[in-house]
Amino acid sequence: MDRSEWAVEAHGLVKTFGEHRAVDGVDLNVRAGTIYGVLGPNGAGKTTTIRMLATLLRPDGGSARIFGHDVTKESQIVRQLIGVTGQYASVDESLSAMENLIIFSRLLGLGRTEAKRKAEALLEEFSLTEAAKRPLKNFSGGMRRRLDLAASLIAQPPLIFLDEPTTGLDPRTRSQMWETIQRLVKTGSTVLLTTQYLDEADHLADRIAVIDHGRVVAEGTVDELKSSVGTSSLHLSVLQPQQIEGARQMVERVLKVPSSVAYDSGKITAPMANTDQVTDLLIALREAGIPLAEISVQKPTLDEVFLTITGSGTSKSSAEQPQNQIQKAEVANV
Amino acid sequence: MSQTTINPAARRPLKNRTSIGQSIRHSLTMAYRGLLKLRRTPEQLFDVTLQPIIFTLMFTYIFGGAISGDVQSYLPVIIPGILVQTVITTSIVTGVQLREDMDKGVFDRFKSLPIARIAPLAGALLADTVRYTIATVLTFAMGYLMGYLPEGGLAYVAIAAVIVIFCSWAISWIFAFFGVIARTASSVQGISMIILFPLTFLSNAFVPVETMPNWLQWFVNINPVSHLVTAVRDLTNTGTVGWDLAISLIGAAAIVAVFAPITVRAYMRRT
Repeated sequence: MDRSEWAVEAHGLVKTFGEHRAVDGVDLNVRAGTIYGVLGPNGAGKTTTIRMLATLLRPDGGSARIFGHDVTKESQIVRQLIGVTGQYASVDESLSAMENLIIFSRLLGLGRTEAKRKAEALLEEFSLTEAAKRPLKNFSGGMRRRLDLAASLIAQPPLIFLDEPTTGLDPRTRSQMWETIQRLVKTGSTVLLTTQYLDEADHLADRIAVIDHGRVVAEGTVDELKSSVGTSSLHLSVLQPQQIEGARQMVERVLKVPSSVAYDSGKITAPMANTDQVTDLLIALREAGIPLAEISVQKPTLDEVFLTITGSGTSKSSAEQPQNQIQKAEVANV
Repeated sequence: MSQTTINPAARRPLKNRTSIGQSIRHSLTMAYRGLLKLRRTPEQLFDVTLQPIIFTLMFTYIFGGAISGDVQSYLPVIIPGILVQTVITTSIVTGVQLREDMDKGVFDRFKSLPIARIAPLAGALLADTVRYTIATVLTFAMGYLMGYLPEGGLAYVAIAAVIVIFCSWAISWIFAFFGVIARTASSVQGISMIILFPLTFLSNAFVPVETMPNWLQWFVNINPVSHLVTAVRDLTNTGTVGWDLAISLIGAAAIVAVFAPITVRAYMRRT
């Protein structure tokens, strides 16, 4: 890279649908040659943001530049610099994989033989050669995604938008997708991806923006975000559900931090600066006569970052615990 | 990855405008896509194959005796009439299918590509001329089987066919506009039928104008469909070219000049 340049610069992007402000002043800055993750729950405004950056949707407010080109005034230039892979496959269902790629190549200005060669090379690269002539109706979800991504790479765009690239894929296909994305960045591409999966952002992204209710609520590198919630976090559940509130107040008084509660599982979560504080807390809880069902201290996961930032320790937290728990240190099991 | 590095943004030749040559090339590629789709789903062609056959048979034998005395002498009147009516009706399908197509994910990709904005629309409309051609050929073939021998000769029949196909293509821009602004495919069908039914039947396509009440004659005589029907009759039956042909072509060009830009605008507005 000759100079550090911005692939994406967005300032105060706004999009309203009727009364609903789907995107409410989003700022994003993505450095060229990196993977940037936009993380948020369903309906947070991730897709709408991407659609505005990819010239598919006109912003109602704010401005955005792709490699210095305005998305509304120079939209046709922006389109020459981007590849978009949507949440649902943006390929032609009624045609075969080969025909799809040839048509997109032709539209991008490749000649007849050139288009065919390009299509064959991409099919090979994404291991779709065998299925090249079959109609897409019989394609699996993973094959469709691969074809979709292949179609986005025809022009070798320097910026690629991936809207939830692995949603609904099985774990094996998912890790293949991750490898492909990482290979892309090695060739000099910039990738902006949205995801609901924290482990995906953790695994792939250099920087992350957390979006909730159409706003960026946190931004930084994965490590920065994790350390913002403390060096470790405390998980605690009480034996008697009616004591949750009392236990929570105790946690907040001893650790002097806000905590969150998942009421369905009765689990209290709080960030901790110093693991030794656990001792004080345990003594305080025993004196107050609150018996515990379980307590553990672990390194924060992006899940906690996310829940702490979006401020909702509600039902989702326990249901969507990630599979990759980092360094779980069981302290006691009462 | 087959390539080693990607050409950075700053070193790419970039233009914010699409040239006319590129627009035409993009439209032709999109038309090729339309043809591939037709080949994959030939059942889409049911209407254009069955309608000419059924309508030609039905109308000729129902009205033939009453209007022209016998079927044979009605054929030079009805075949051009039914040709125009059938082929124009076929163009409604263009709008309906465009609506269905636009709801699919692939249109997002078309929008994100650096191609002429008009290409997805123009390509779809262009591919549909295949449907009009099929309907035209079948109508003439049915007429021939029933004993219709156009006195203008084959060359004029061919010219008439091309003109009908061109005018239907022009009219399909109106339905494409409905297709772009409507919410559902069935509403496109509904609106289009309401417009087209009076337009094709309140014309000289099936019966002589003189038999109609005066106020109706006034409308029938300014109806562009009547002019197109007369132009086709002149060509096929006498091999002559008159004012009606000029009026039809000017009308068709006017429709494209008005509806193509507003359709593309509406298409770009839509999310």
